[in-house]
Amino acid sequence: MESKSYTTGSRDNANRNLEGSKTLMASHFLRALFRIQQTSTTRSSFAGRRRRIRRAAYASMAYSAGTRRAWSRALLRKLRSRARLRFPRRLSRAARPQRGDTDQAQVLRKLVPGGPGMDYCKLLEETADYIRCLTTQVRLMQTVMDSISS
Amino acid sequence: MSSRRSRISEEEIAELLSKLQSLLPEARRRGTSRASAAKLLKETCSYLKSLHREVDDLSDRLSEMMATMDMDSAQAEIIRSLFRP
Repeated sequence: MESKSYTTGSRDNANRNLEGSKTLMASHFLRALFRIQQTSTTRSSFAGRRRRIRRAAYASMAYSAGTRRAWSRALLRKLRSRARLRFPRRLSRAARPQRGDTDQAQVLRKLVPGGPGMDYCKLLEETADYIRCLTTQVRLMQTVMDSISS
Repeated sequence: MSSRRSRISEEEIAELLSKLQSLLPEARRRGTSRASAAKLLKETCSYLKSLHREVDDLSDRLSEMMATMDMDSAQAEIIRSLFRP
């Protein structure tokens, strides 16, 4: 079964930025995968390799969006500080709920990188972009898997 | 005057919410009409969690596959499939 190419499917203007960064995402992720493969020995654990792959996934997402987005800036900060990537985040400081926040908005803040620092409007905007990027990354990983297993 | 301003940002929020709704997969869009922002946010959270889980799951599977195969030989195939029209 022919799998849909992961670079097609841009439907509206909002996706235009994404098209160029898809290539960036793919090349970053692939380079990371090959590096992980080469530096993986028979003694290195499955869990370690899995952790590195997962980290590479979020890294390629963050680098493809660069500093243009609040969520990607937050993610880049986390990656550079080598902090654990955990979603939903356990907010260590008591995060002050924003004005007009519903329970769901608070839940959403924990799921989007940089969420706690955003007002409601910004949160909705950033969430949309983050979802677009995540789905692209997931499709990328599926494509890689399909082509490895074929 | 302040009511006019809040009406404008209500429109803005409605637009942002509808954009979010369009990003949800078909199955999750049911019941998330414009009137129920709460339902829409709930579905968005649920969708985000499932996307995070997919990244985890695909990392698992990629890790397994990389253990048993030679990626150098698969390189060309991977790159080709990414840019197939």
